[in-house]
Amino acid sequence: MKQARPLAITGGRLVTPDGVRPGTLRCSGGRIETVGDAAVQDGDEIVDAGGRLIAPGLVDFGVFAIDKPAFHFGGITRAALMPDQAPPLDHPARVRFAAASGKPDLWVHPLAAATAALEGGQLAELALMRDAGAKAVATGRRWIGDSGVMHRLLQYAAMLGLVVVSHAEDEGLAGNAAATASEMATRLGLPSAPAEAEALAAARDIALAEMTGARLHLRQVTTAAALDLVRAAKQRGVAVTAGVTPAHFMLSDLALKDFRTFARLSPPLREEADRQAVLEALGDGTIDVVASGHDPRGPEDKRRPFADAAPGMAGAETLLAMVLTLVRDGVISLERAFDLVARNPARLLGVAAGELAPGAEADIALIDPEKPWVVDSGKMAASAGNTPFDRQPAQGRVIGLWKGGVPVGG
Amino acid sequence: MTSTSSTPAPGRYPAGARAFPHRSLLGIGQLETHEILYLLDEAEQWVDLNRQSKKHTDRLAGLTIINAFFENSTRTLLSFEIAGKRLGADVVNMHAAQSSVKKGETLIDTAMTLNAMRVDAIVIRHGSSGAVQLIADKVACPVLNAGDGQHEHPTQALLDALALRHTLRARGRSELNGLVVTICGDILHSRVARSNILCLQALGAVVRVCAPPALMPARIEMLGVEAYHDFDAALAGAEVVMMLRLQNERMEGQFVPSPREYRHLFGLTPERLARAAPDAIVMHPGPMNRGVEIDSTVADLPDRSIITEQVEMGVAIRMACLDVLTRRARGVEGWA
Repeated sequence: MKQARPLAITGGRLVTPDGVRPGTLRCSGGRIETVGDAAVQDGDEIVDAGGRLIAPGLVDFGVFAIDKPAFHFGGITRAALMPDQAPPLDHPARVRFAAASGKPDLWVHPLAAATAALEGGQLAELALMRDAGAKAVATGRRWIGDSGVMHRLLQYAAMLGLVVVSHAEDEGLAGNAAATASEMATRLGLPSAPAEAEALAAARDIALAEMTGARLHLRQVTTAAALDLVRAAKQRGVAVTAGVTPAHFMLSDLALKDFRTFARLSPPLREEADRQAVLEALGDGTIDVVASGHDPRGPEDKRRPFADAAPGMAGAETLLAMVLTLVRDGVISLERAFDLVARNPARLLGVAAGELAPGAEADIALIDPEKPWVVDSGKMAASAGNTPFDRQPAQGRVIGLWKGGVPVGG
Repeated sequence: MTSTSSTPAPGRYPAGARAFPHRSLLGIGQLETHEILYLLDEAEQWVDLNRQSKKHTDRLAGLTIINAFFENSTRTLLSFEIAGKRLGADVVNMHAAQSSVKKGETLIDTAMTLNAMRVDAIVIRHGSSGAVQLIADKVACPVLNAGDGQHEHPTQALLDALALRHTLRARGRSELNGLVVTICGDILHSRVARSNILCLQALGAVVRVCAPPALMPARIEMLGVEAYHDFDAALAGAEVVMMLRLQNERMEGQFVPSPREYRHLFGLTPERLARAAPDAIVMHPGPMNRGVEIDSTVADLPDRSIITEQVEMGVAIRMACLDVLTRRARGVEGWA
């Protein structure tokens, strides 16, 4: 769908990379035309923001399902789809299909499977998948254990100019763990693995990225030790970026109490000291991306004994509200919040979106940052209600959303 | 507190159901100390009954109890079955090997099925931690945890406490307070260890645990125990030595190099036992690997080993748990 009439959103606070300022946003032809002091023109469709936030639509880096109602609820206009689909995104035709699956009101950016069937062995057809619409390469839910394979993958992806997205968790150490090694895991009798499983994997991936000059994105960095490695690598100039989901800065492994399977995640929820380290890394810029990790799971996957339940959370609806919590708590500024959920992920994907800048795609979210609501797993827009934030009060809701200048949902 | 008598003294506990307000027995972690003592005291009458030639009451007559064992068991299953039958209940054993679980039915569906049959109590053993609580949340009747994964095995800890109490009393000591207990073996995978740590500590004992590092749970000291890798040091002054089975399937190469090497470091031999306190009590929840974690000469020491007493107390403890947990449904005065 093309934008028929120019759109002018007036009387709002514009969230730009340089700061938040009052003004008007004007879009035409599906793109942002002017940011700030645009004059409304005859024939414009005018929306009064009423002092609320005019922000870029969220770019959700790393989701496991295309779940449009949940994405639109959460202000997400673009989602990078993990290759862990059935069948996996390891073939150009599947990538092409996935890339078209959300249009027109949601753009899906497929992440190509790094290896055939995501098994960590043979390299997949990365160039063909790139040309079919893949915006980056991902190892999937698992780490590539074979350092030789990872080395060749990074070399090849560097040649193609594709970011490699890795799941940093050493499989030998992690084994069949369902929790991080901690007092909670010991009390509950859950199979657990040392948190260092993440740092071990991150260290190797960073070393190989440094060798090959490839761009590496560690999709979820959740421990102090691994964050220190990322911080040090960035200082050396290694092209490494790091992401996290709100679960790992909002919750610790105490959420596993009573064997709550909605808190069964991969990587697992960590001890409080690691959660604090994640907050610090969000504040100092070590973490570049906050994503939902959206992975809706029904009772057949979640109403099971903890270790037998599937990991994952439905996170699209709560992503924005949880990141706004960081702003209210003084961890980050408002403009940095939108760097984390929109601008940085758009840059990783190489798409002209994720910020309010002339020429960028007119993906706009109108946000009431104060609006209170309560997360309720029974009333989610997502296809399943497996949220670890069930019954938690939240603040901040999307009240209007445009994709390419066209209002989403009428 | 005065010394315990073999029958509960009136007035020692809150009246009626307040003495034990829980619907189910999921773990020692949910219990207050006086609730543990209440179950131990309630069990004494069944110890006495079980030592008579006619070992039967009709207290639970007409009730149906299902023993749903999703994991193989011989002694625990038998113990629960005997306990239910001696109380006059109709006891049905459900073995996972014969159940629709093998056909892919979910645990929740199995629980709903059992619930629909209007049973009066369900005893569950399952290989996953938390599985018993999951079922308890879905059924209307009391649920007894007979072992869930690596989490808890509460009746084992209760029977161990009861066996210890009997032995100590015979030696003129009335309580477990201050007793030094060393638990040695595969602590990591042991629900028995977790329940015993909680139960023994609640009763005032000092608990040491001993295992090779690979078989020691993370942050175990946060549970208030002293952790050892040196068995000799763990034994010094210990008044009770509780040995745990080394699961043979976890032995070779994975966690310890070989059974004989394990015995070399962690086997309870007569020489090792001599390092413990004089007359130290030897316990083992069974089944034993004789010659691995415990030598036969130690396991069979007449005045020291109470391994068979543990089994005996198991029936009495399970009778007490079944009796107490079904009182509400049976309309017992003060419990209904």
